Amino acid sequence: MRDWLQSALRPAGPEAASVHALWEFMLWTSVVVFVLVLGALAWGTFHRRPAGVAPTAEGAPGERRMTRVVSTAVGATALVLFVFLVFDFSTGRALTARRDAAVRIEVTGHQWWWEVNYYDSIPNRRVSTANEIHIPVGRPVLIRLNSQDVIHSFWAPDLNGKRDLIPGKESSLWIQADSPGVYHGQCAEFCGYQHAKMAFLVVADRPAEFARWYAGQADTAKTPTDSVTSRGQEVFLSSTCVMCHAIHGTPAGATIGPDLTHLASRRYIAAGSLPNTRGNLAGWILDAQGIKPGAHMPPNSLTPADLQALLAYLGTLK
Amino acid sequence: MTAPITADPESVPAAARPGVRELHDQLERVWNDGPGLRGWLMSTDHKSLGKRYVITAFVFFLLGGVEAAMIRAQLARPENGLIGPDLYNQLFTMHGTTMMFLFAVPVMTAMSLYLVPLMIGSRDLAFPRLNAYGYYVYLLGGLFLYTSFFLNVGPDAGWFAYTPLSGPAYGVGKRVDVWAQTITFTEIAGIIAAIELIATIFKQRAPGMSLNRMPLFVWSALVMAFMILFAMPWVAVDSQFLAMDRLIGTHFFNQAEGGDALLWQHLFWFFGHPEVYIIFIPALGFVSTIIATFTRREIFGYPAMVLSLVATGFLGFGLWVHHMFATNIPQMGESFFTAASAMIAIPTGVQFFCWIATIWGGRPRFATPFLFILGFFAVFIIGGLSGVMIASVPFDLQVHDTFFIVAHLHYVLLGGGVFPLFAAFYYWFPKVTGRMLSERLGKWNFALFFIGVNVAFFPMHLLGLHGMPRRVYTYLAGTGWGDLNLVATIGAVTIFVSVVIFLVNVARSLANGELAGADPWGSSSTLEWATSSPPPSYNFAHLPVVEGRYPLWSRPIEPPVVTGLRTDERELLITTLLDARPDHRHRTPDPTIWPLLAALATGVTFIALIFTPWAAVVGGVLVIGPLVAWGWSKPKPGDPVIPEGVT
Repeated sequence: MRDWLQSALRPAGPEAASVHALWEFMLWTSVVVFVLVLGALAWGTFHRRPAGVAPTAEGAPGERRMTRVVSTAVGATALVLFVFLVFDFSTGRALTARRDAAVRIEVTGHQWWWEVNYYDSIPNRRVSTANEIHIPVGRPVLIRLNSQDVIHSFWAPDLNGKRDLIPGKESSLWIQADSPGVYHGQCAEFCGYQHAKMAFLVVADRPAEFARWYAGQADTAKTPTDSVTSRGQEVFLSSTCVMCHAIHGTPAGATIGPDLTHLASRRYIAAGSLPNTRGNLAGWILDAQGIKPGAHMPPNSLTPADLQALLAYLGTLK
Repeated sequence: MTAPITADPESVPAAARPGVRELHDQLERVWNDGPGLRGWLMSTDHKSLGKRYVITAFVFFLLGGVEAAMIRAQLARPENGLIGPDLYNQLFTMHGTTMMFLFAVPVMTAMSLYLVPLMIGSRDLAFPRLNAYGYYVYLLGGLFLYTSFFLNVGPDAGWFAYTPLSGPAYGVGKRVDVWAQTITFTEIAGIIAAIELIATIFKQRAPGMSLNRMPLFVWSALVMAFMILFAMPWVAVDSQFLAMDRLIGTHFFNQAEGGDALLWQHLFWFFGHPEVYIIFIPALGFVSTIIATFTRREIFGYPAMVLSLVATGFLGFGLWVHHMFATNIPQMGESFFTAASAMIAIPTGVQFFCWIATIWGGRPRFATPFLFILGFFAVFIIGGLSGVMIASVPFDLQVHDTFFIVAHLHYVLLGGGVFPLFAAFYYWFPKVTGRMLSERLGKWNFALFFIGVNVAFFPMHLLGLHGMPRRVYTYLAGTGWGDLNLVATIGAVTIFVSVVIFLVNVARSLANGELAGADPWGSSSTLEWATSSPPPSYNFAHLPVVEGRYPLWSRPIEPPVVTGLRTDERELLITTLLDARPDHRHRTPDPTIWPLLAALATGVTFIALIFTPWAAVVGGVLVIGPLVAWGWSKPKPGDPVIPEGVT
């Protein structure tokens, strides 16, 4: 078995596992049906016919037996379909059963990235991030889905099926990961130019790690301590960056693009298209259109020194 | 000129019958299109228009195929730089729109418009001028779409054009308008074809062809026509709402102003799912006809076959929500559509079992049409089984909008539509052109097509299960999808080669194919094989009288024919709906240029409507002129006289 980035056939949580069980049942039933029907066809086509005997006509004696065979086959089809329906409905029931959510996460679709918000009754414990969703392992998580612009679809195949994000119509989806790890997902509903590059990660952490990650994300950004990163922050705040991005703890508070308060803690940039390395980040800042044509990030012209300072500053946003 | 004619010209040597040659000449004078380009443009002959219709649809099939080839070339390798997202989105939108709206549905209605009058023993369709208008509207719609595409205004929001992506806020420019208007053209053509077929089948069957003796293909054309009539208006409304949202700022799909983005999907799929059956049902008619000929026996269980077709026609309207399982429809509602989707497998199963019983009791002959039918069984059953799987909501939520669905729909549409269609091409080509296609090339065509389809589409099941969404212009190397995509592309190349072989076969046959004669297969059962190949402009010198379900198999030496129709004017025999008893003679209109001009005026209006709402006013005036002239130039209704007698 090769290494798939994401797969519905490698369930990592109870939802995906119950769908996988249904799939295996349907697959093997279908294989049997296919072999039986094509076997009957092959035998019917190639069986030896005595020479000189005319094809049977309607109402001939052999036809009555044939009628019984055909009726039995139709009955068997109905029976198989009925069994399928029972299995299907019980799986569907299990998937939508009400549970107590350990975490509630709001995911909002944008062309072409995912805004992720963790709700908390204490406002300054709310967390806002993008394209990387952390969940505690082994706990049911409720994802509430919404869209800012067009219809997207949230799909992490290792964990569960997909659910559309339709503007103005909130929907929800349960996910749960049985073991710690990084699970990939991506947009499944065609949403324009960069539908192909609208991926996300679900990172399942052990409870302690999750709590640590959460506390870190709830913090404001660190204030720059040296001259290079101070210059970097100045570049950020004095350029077009602030028109779209927010860094908490600074005056930058726009919500058009992803929240960058903890950018350096994320594994990928550009919605799962590029590993978050200094080089990739530089390329993305200078020429996002070359990487993701049509994305809403404009090209930026910065002097080499300013770029290095900006990269250094962004690198501190852990 | 209503002298009764009692002999059948096909059964008696022409020299032995004085007056027969004169009769043919007389009918030819009355029914032919007239000479030259003028006659060609004025033609209202269902065969002449039917041929153009099929050829036009096939050209669109080739164009859609070229788009598919470009898509496969781009996806063959991860992070391929061949085609960027802008062109790619146009390509898959064009591919879907072309295949569904300009190829699949039109080619099925076109085959029906050509074959039905011949199969039921009539001289033409019920409304010959309307038929010409329908064809030209369809042609203009297709030309308009492709002109726009080459001007870089090709639609890019998918063949399903979901709002809000296709709405005024996100679908900027004229690209989506081009799509919506193309749909309008094809809807009109489709609805016209449906009206033609229903009226013709109900009222013009040869005497004796009661409903319970109607060939299965004619039944399937009838069910298809009713499905078009009930399905197409929904997408007409839908695309007009979208055009209005975009042109004059209505808010049908604008959530923020009280509209509903999901309304688009409901209306679209209420048409879109029946559309699949609009393609599939006439193909079932091809299958039944061809199996009867090549097993040399009656189709097993005729009543069950007819009832299954009708049941499929009804159930086809109850499944649309299974395209929308991911949109948060309440679970109870989804269960209903799961059950309906599973239920439609029953009438389909009935037909498959009846065909297998037919083949079992018959003596199969492995000519190319029959091979394509065997291919249809193998390919379609895979598509049907994956179709039952995705009727399940939990499973569908995993594979919805992935390559699993791409695999499923191509297995269903190629298996259930294109395999029977190729079988039909090979089967009826001698009738239409008078020449046989090569069996040797036909077998290559079949073998490569069968292999190509499976190599191209089977791996896509796995791609979908392993997480590859549809409509992505590229994918990262780390996804692991590269190898299977390469295999799929190799399959697409094989399909391409197979279609080229088909074209070579057609070209060679037209140049110097073996002459066919009236019934080259020797065991055909339906009336079109009773007349010469190609059929004369008037179809039958004497309209036949039918005495069974398989009229050519139970034909007495001197078959009874209809007498008493005028031969100096275009007259059709109208019969009663249930029993096809002669009812009256109908003076059908002569060829005219007005349908073409009316279609041009309609086309100009629709295209101008993309730019200004005033086009509705100006265009309305523009269209009325040709329509008035069209009506004015019709013959006065003759006396509704019962023919002098049926011998």
